[in-house]
Amino acid sequence: MTNHWVDIRNADLIIGMGGNPAEAHPVGFRWVMEAREHNDARLVVVDPRFTRTAAVADYFAEIRTGTDIAFLGGLIHYLIESGRFQRDYVLAYTDASLIVREEFGFEDGLFTGYDADSGEYEMESWQYEYDDEGHALRDETLEHPRCVFQLMRQHFSRYTLDVVSSVCGTPRDKIQHVWDMAAETAAPDKTMTFLYALGWTQHSIGSQIIRTAAMVQLLLGNMGMRGGGVNALRGHSNIQGLTDLGLLSDQLPGYLTLPDADEQEYEDFILERARPPLVPGEVSYWRYYERFHVSLMKAWYGDAASEDNDWCYDWLPKMGEDLYDILHTFERMHQGEITGYLCQGFNPLAAFPHKAKVTEALSRLKFLVVIDPLRTETAEFWMNHGEYHDVDPAAIDTEVFRLPTTAFAEEDGTIVNSSRWLQWFWQAGPPPGEAKPDTAILAGIFLRLQRLYQEEGGAFPDPILNLHWPYRRPEEPTPEELAREYNGWALEDVFDENRNLVVRAGEQLEDFGFLRADGSTACGCWIFAGCWTEAGNQMIRRDNSDPYGTGQTLGWAWSWPGNRRILYNRASARPDGTPWAATKAVVWWDGERWVGNDVPDFPEDSTPGMTQGPFLMNQTGRGQLFARDRMNEGPFPEHYEPFETPIASNPLHPDSPLAKNNPAARVFPQDRENFGTFEEFPHAATSYRLTEHFHYWTMHNRLNAITQPEKFVEIGEALARELGIEKGDRVRVSSKRGHIDAVAVVTKRIRSLQVAGHTVHQVGIPLHWGFLGETRKAHLTNTLTPSVGDANTQTPEYKSFLVRVDKL
Amino acid sequence: MTLRVSRRQFFKLGAAGMATSSMAMMGFAPEPAVASIRHFKLTGAKITRSNCTYCSVGCGVLIYARGDAAINNVDDIYHVEGDPDHPVSRGSLCPKGAGLLDYIRSDSRLRYPQVREAGSNQWQRISWDEAFTRIARHMKDDRDANFVTQDDEGNTVNHWTTTGMLAASASTNETAYCTHKIARGLGMVAFDNQARV
Repeated sequence: MTNHWVDIRNADLIIGMGGNPAEAHPVGFRWVMEAREHNDARLVVVDPRFTRTAAVADYFAEIRTGTDIAFLGGLIHYLIESGRFQRDYVLAYTDASLIVREEFGFEDGLFTGYDADSGEYEMESWQYEYDDEGHALRDETLEHPRCVFQLMRQHFSRYTLDVVSSVCGTPRDKIQHVWDMAAETAAPDKTMTFLYALGWTQHSIGSQIIRTAAMVQLLLGNMGMRGGGVNALRGHSNIQGLTDLGLLSDQLPGYLTLPDADEQEYEDFILERARPPLVPGEVSYWRYYERFHVSLMKAWYGDAASEDNDWCYDWLPKMGEDLYDILHTFERMHQGEITGYLCQGFNPLAAFPHKAKVTEALSRLKFLVVIDPLRTETAEFWMNHGEYHDVDPAAIDTEVFRLPTTAFAEEDGTIVNSSRWLQWFWQAGPPPGEAKPDTAILAGIFLRLQRLYQEEGGAFPDPILNLHWPYRRPEEPTPEELAREYNGWALEDVFDENRNLVVRAGEQLEDFGFLRADGSTACGCWIFAGCWTEAGNQMIRRDNSDPYGTGQTLGWAWSWPGNRRILYNRASARPDGTPWAATKAVVWWDGERWVGNDVPDFPEDSTPGMTQGPFLMNQTGRGQLFARDRMNEGPFPEHYEPFETPIASNPLHPDSPLAKNNPAARVFPQDRENFGTFEEFPHAATSYRLTEHFHYWTMHNRLNAITQPEKFVEIGEALARELGIEKGDRVRVSSKRGHIDAVAVVTKRIRSLQVAGHTVHQVGIPLHWGFLGETRKAHLTNTLTPSVGDANTQTPEYKSFLVRVDKL
Repeated sequence: MTLRVSRRQFFKLGAAGMATSSMAMMGFAPEPAVASIRHFKLTGAKITRSNCTYCSVGCGVLIYARGDAAINNVDDIYHVEGDPDHPVSRGSLCPKGAGLLDYIRSDSRLRYPQVREAGSNQWQRISWDEAFTRIARHMKDDRDANFVTQDDEGNTVNHWTTTGMLAASASTNETAYCTHKIARGLGMVAFDNQARV
């Protein structure tokens, strides 16, 4: 979240789209109700289903799954053409005035630079025009035909009300009503927040859906404001923390990245990432990249990392592929190219798309290690569970280890919630049997590996032999030791630019401003610096007072970065430093420095006269309406159909087959063969979770099993009539990849839609229930889903696929 | 004549029409109930502050346990409820959070390391030492056989692509940091967590 849970209460309009917070985040959702009751706010839900969130909303609009870019792109078109955007904000705080290269263009659904053979874009033409000093040219009148504003206007001019209605299947009057409500928040004293979740991410165009929402918020001046923002309601208790700590194939902690194979020189690697400002005088905070990187390498390799060996640059694995994401890895596993796999608290057999492929892939491993508090379907993938999982154990040669871990109640540590708060918790009891904390299990395996390399030698042992392991009990590092390490400390005395001693050797760092690129500091995750200072563990703080009545509670836990609660909060004030509106004030200039009810997300002494932009991580200092080189399918979002679409072509580009689906998405040949067509599988399906269950874990809990005991699917009344299905009948839902059986819930809450002249029925499939635990045994939902991902993140398209429903 | 009235009968009588207060004035009074001297079940429990482990709201929870960690005593978690001081949740829990105790005490919790041998149809209990030793051996054999120092273009890559790992988005930052440090130290790149899906 750019903002935080309690801040939702400050919104005037809440759009729930791509998420169902009343059901998936029920307690956080209380702040939506608080906004409605005490801030006169309205709640709007746009969703394929009339959800439990919709049930308490002021307005609901149905939409075909996977068409959110059309809905929001149309909103951008409407805001621009009707002049209902916050012009002062857009001019000062976005890149609207920057001028783009002449070569840039868009035709037949493709941006310039597309290579149909590789399915990738050359992004050279997606650049600003620069002067001799490397600064982008600007036109503050926003009239230049190639300024970002005019290009954006032109791009979305095709997204008229009629087109949007035809693509989304949403009635025109409903679309217009939602757009009008959003447009009202262009006023400086009104804010709108977007609450989204996996309903936006799990599409082949997921990243661009979120970008479209961010562009809307920039146009309306809702970023950095109380009650504004683009707010990801993350799915798991510490998925934010694992993202922050970079446990993703191409990442390092704190959104640092691994080098690519062709980045052979350390200097080039740093230069590529330590980006200078593109507009004179901007902060462009990533320019300090080397400080974060070197401090990480000192935390990991200690004395072995020195300037002479480029801080162990060659010890970091380099990427030989764009991404070794899970779809890529399971494709290789399926081809027999993977030997071993470790699953720590992760149940891929249930959680990954195309279960039949996952089963075959796991069967080709030599060894599988499952580290989990619970029995999982993955650990038992080799076991025959009858019709729900029909395999022959004798034919599966994978050696499987199952290691019991502690659960949350049996360990100390922190998790990061969606608000970016690091909250410390304590062990309440002992684990069952011989279960151990994950840290002890990982250390146990690692220390044995290290000993084997000491005794036998082997392939490139240096990073293993020299991994910095300063823990008092090496076989079980404590949470306290690890937390102090990711906060960072001084290895030598640290001085500021005036040679004043600012941190003594051995002391914990107060914030990332003290990090150095000369090896004098170590820090395991630069954005967490400040969580465990010389004053102690800041993550245990429990002062819930709210002296400004804004809901910031700065004394509760610790929020990254630097305990800021609302990101980019400089944008809550006008360029001259006064708040856009007293009721929305977060930080302001008091004549000498930035002050307010939150920690300023800005250099404290940057005077308004310096005109530095609030989006200080960007090279322009501004919000990026134009994505330049950061998005694989183009600098502006464009609607492309899901890979399994219920209509024949992309209504925006009916004559351009390359632009039917995301042109930059990666599809493996065998996965493409496993896509179904709407002739055979006519219904658009979407998957989701229920309030009574959490994925596949709560199948093992009696109370949850009692409240939702059995697998069901939801179908609308029109489709049920067509198929002769009554409420409570058992049905079979099939896709090209398999089938599941379930009870049919026939409901008014899913309506048939008119899409591009055709009637489309949508089918709702909860993702819960499997063949273990206390609930009735069932097929796993991901038997049905296709193996294709977003073109940037490779997050699978769980939310839009094709099925056929048959009465059993 | 003494009329003996249990508490249940006393309230039933009241419900039947006559105000119980006037009955008490007439000399009727219920026998002291055994339950009235029973202590509140959480009295004396050790209370530990924690966070719900499911979604990302991060609701505060209070965990109640018996026992004082004495060496021959078994601590036992027997109640979980919302933390009223928490600024987001203010004591609330959803249907998932309200059932946390059932997760902690689920019959499906694993208690011992186990192995399923190739082609076998059953689990077999093993020691931690055997588990660590065998897993480390597997990993080293694969790493030594398949570690890539240079790619086909002669670039130094130093990566290991044939053993992969999924980390857990319900694990702590400390576990995650430790996991990441080890994974990259081994040169692993096929490495993700639930944030990928």
